[in-house]
Amino acid sequence: MTSGIDSLLILLILLNLILLGASRLHNAVRMVAAQGFVLGALPLLMQSSGAWKAALLLGIGSALLKGIVFPALLFRAMREIQVRREIEPLVGYASSLLIGVGGLVVCMVWGARLPFPWPVPSSLVVPVGLFTAWTGLFLIMARRKAITQVLGFIVLENSIFLLGLLLTDAMPLLVELGVLLDIFVAVFVMGIMVFHINREFDHINVDQLSALREDAS
Amino acid sequence: MRLAGWLHPILALLLSPLLPGVINRVKAFFAGRQGPPLLQPYYDLIKLLQKGAVYSGTTTWVFRAGPVVNLAVLSLVLLILPLGRVPSAVAFPGDLILLAYLLVLGRFFTVLAALDTGSSFEGMGASRELQFAVFAEPALLVGLGALARWTNASSLSGMFADLSPAFWGDSLPLLVLLASAFLVLYLTENCRIPVDDPTTHLELTMIHEVMVLDHGAVDFGFIQWAAAMKLWVLGILLVGLVLPGASGWRGLDALAGVVGLLGVAVLTGVIESIMARLRLLRVPQLLVGASVASALALLLTFR
Amino acid sequence: MIRLLILLPIVAAVATLLTPSPKGRRRLLVGTAGLHLLLTAGAWLMPLPTFAADAWLGLDHAGRFFLGISSCLFFAVAITVGPYLEQNRTGRQREADTGSIFVNASPAVFCACLLGFLATMTLVAASRHLGVLWVAIEATTLVTAPLIYFHRQPRSLEATWKYLLVCSVGIALALIGNFLLVVASAADDITAGSLVVSDLVARRALMQGPWLKAAFVFLLVGYGTKMGLVPMHTWLPDAHSEAPSPVSALLSGALLNCAFLGILRAHSICVAAGLGDFSGGILIFFGVLSMLIAAAFIVGQTDFKRLLAYSSIEHMGLLALGAGLGGAATYGALLHALNHSLVKAALFLCASSFLAVYRTKLIPRIHGAIRVLPVSGWLWLFGFLAIAGSPPFGTFVGEFIILRTAFVGNHVWAGCLALLALTIAFIGLARAFISMALGPAPANLKPVREEPQQFWPPLALLSLALLLGLWIPARLHGVLAAAATLLKGGVP
Repeated sequence: MTSGIDSLLILLILLNLILLGASRLHNAVRMVAAQGFVLGALPLLMQSSGAWKAALLLGIGSALLKGIVFPALLFRAMREIQVRREIEPLVGYASSLLIGVGGLVVCMVWGARLPFPWPVPSSLVVPVGLFTAWTGLFLIMARRKAITQVLGFIVLENSIFLLGLLLTDAMPLLVELGVLLDIFVAVFVMGIMVFHINREFDHINVDQLSALREDAS
Repeated sequence: MRLAGWLHPILALLLSPLLPGVINRVKAFFAGRQGPPLLQPYYDLIKLLQKGAVYSGTTTWVFRAGPVVNLAVLSLVLLILPLGRVPSAVAFPGDLILLAYLLVLGRFFTVLAALDTGSSFEGMGASRELQFAVFAEPALLVGLGALARWTNASSLSGMFADLSPAFWGDSLPLLVLLASAFLVLYLTENCRIPVDDPTTHLELTMIHEVMVLDHGAVDFGFIQWAAAMKLWVLGILLVGLVLPGASGWRGLDALAGVVGLLGVAVLTGVIESIMARLRLLRVPQLLVGASVASALALLLTFR
Repeated sequence: MIRLLILLPIVAAVATLLTPSPKGRRRLLVGTAGLHLLLTAGAWLMPLPTFAADAWLGLDHAGRFFLGISSCLFFAVAITVGPYLEQNRTGRQREADTGSIFVNASPAVFCACLLGFLATMTLVAASRHLGVLWVAIEATTLVTAPLIYFHRQPRSLEATWKYLLVCSVGIALALIGNFLLVVASAADDITAGSLVVSDLVARRALMQGPWLKAAFVFLLVGYGTKMGLVPMHTWLPDAHSEAPSPVSALLSGALLNCAFLGILRAHSICVAAGLGDFSGGILIFFGVLSMLIAAAFIVGQTDFKRLLAYSSIEHMGLLALGAGLGGAATYGALLHALNHSLVKAALFLCASSFLAVYRTKLIPRIHGAIRVLPVSGWLWLFGFLAIAGSPPFGTFVGEFIILRTAFVGNHVWAGCLALLALTIAFIGLARAFISMALGPAPANLKPVREEPQQFWPPLALLSLALLLGLWIPARLHGVLAAAATLLKGGVP
């Protein structure tokens, strides 16, 4: 099964890179949804011994939430507030991609330096997890729209999910459910805020949210 | 015995005009047109080679050297490039870097010849050509580097010798990444849609065609021929990558290589028929994407 | 007992949403806060109940201490919420400084979120499992976001968005830290991983160094974001200045402490595993950095709520410094956390009165507060002495213990820099506070008769801080010493 897991992880890397280079909001949301489905498939392949029921639950839950519910929420938000289709980056697409490759190299090297104390399904999991977290943080920092920042947050949570998969045997299910619930509520609250931002400012560019800073006060 | 390798350039010189012919036939089929005959590139070549040339007074020897150097360089490249599973005439460690530099040399002379005319149109084309080259070369070099690490070989012949489904095995993603990077390179270097449109003659949109506007007669014939050769050279990189295994018999391997090239030509025709040219601003993004795919492949070989 | 403490505010929150009359909501809020305070006092006075070693919930010494702070502050703030909501009715209003028109959110939701805030803070204090602690801290973020966005206007929206995003990202990093901690604790047996604090402390010999170090860095960045350590502090001045003043008081006095508790727990695990120098060093660095940067922003600040917010960052830096130094400084940091909460909440409550009368947040426009607001004005002046760490107040004792530990131990430089930051902050605070309190009253403002509900809570809080500067009760000392020992510190 190693090949299958590796292929999915490489697919995740590619989705991250496409996300960094995506110029249309719709495409970006679709990429995030695709990530949700890939993440939903991973627990099934990675589960080690007999815990396939929990893995199935986790996988379906993740795919439903991240692949369908979140994108649907975001698409609805985009439709209702008639947001412009362009992503409006602070860092250009090509530069984002190159920075992304640089980050990927760092994550690969770093991930190789952290020896895992027990056997893992694939040596790629930790580097890909770190790289996904990196992508999420970059999207939050380098994109203007509030919706893109929410996307970045979801990507960041995807990385946490991926890293958490290594620990399914170690983390009690209850905590995981709590985590999932918190994330859901966080995205939900952020969605509501996006509505409010649009109503107050007539757009959802967060770089217009700059009344509160030291030189302005 | 590397006789087969020495024959490769000659074979390419003879057969390469077939490739644009195939592409045009496929495009005509998709468009529902009659289209030019399959051998039209040959007719064009013969006609051009028989003509006498007129040179502008502002040009120097650089202008005349451009097409000749280009064709010569591409023939040289074929001495180090294996035809599918058939090893090349010359192979030494690091010849992949020579390959990249020979291609750059050809491009360098094309650009110089374009600038030599002193025309602003050709200067613009040259500038665009180089702009894209900046993005395309990392993709080529990093991709070849990844291939070298993956196959544990240091020469082009060695790299392509062992590739087979058994070798791909668990590294299928790597193969897909490299193949897509090489496909983008193939389309870019040959000025095909979605990077450049070889049929348009609007100076503001085209890249390669604009550089050769002032060439005529034998020079232009050489340019056309070199363009066909370039289809061959970059096509063979892609074919060599995905060709499943060697038969052990040189003739059959060579045939497989040529058939693969024709297949790539058909694929090109299909791509040109179903896609539109990208906006000029988006082309670098595509090329960076190819570089990223190469880089990712290289990273994967380090595990 | 713990379940009751957590469930009580939740039930009350639901009840608040169903209560139609403002008066009923007010009574419910204050009643719940009072009951919660009584129960907490009971938990303080009773001997610690024993619980199973792997229990997820349970009040240990540290949890009990921080629960006490939160509950006490919440009661004081709850009393002032009634008059605050009277003043800020629903309907269109005009923001004084920017002139924008806005409406307020529904007071029922406001009260419910406040109670939910209390519940989540209680959960933070009571969780012995780092996963539960994480869930609780993230929940505090989510519950407080609507509180900050009480005034429906662009500036508070911006503050809320920053708060929500920055804190959520920080908290996400803390979750990665939790994962790494599980790996660090599991050694080579995947099922042996644990996140129960006492468990992690107990298996100190088995912890894997590199993973534990990485875990601590992630946890510090994550919870440090919430605590307001520089450079992750960017949300803090905005949220504190734009939130309603009672909410600011709670954010500054109680919420920051919750995050501090998370960092203290992580630090205690590191110390137990023999990595105290590593984690302590990082804490000292971030602590001193926060103090210096905050001091720089205090000087020349023109918005008095932002001024208080930066002062909070400075004090959080001091707490991190104390925790990093270890030994007696841990005791000092805990004591200082208590005093800072009391004083800062009192100041924010005074700020609420200022804002209501002067209708501006700009320091240069406020003069003669002791003439216009006889009680709050004087409280403001005394509050300045307290927040700057002057001797009769409890803040001085905590700061003194921390700095003394720095100079006695091998951290003279950290001590010097901290002292420098405190001095700069003192100057900046003095300039702002004195010019606001003294001077002639503006011509258009008559002396105001203040409502007892509004000045009693800050007065009580400040008196408590004064009392703690003069005399620390034996019971409090006992709890403090036990908490400091539990967190791998010492007692002076």
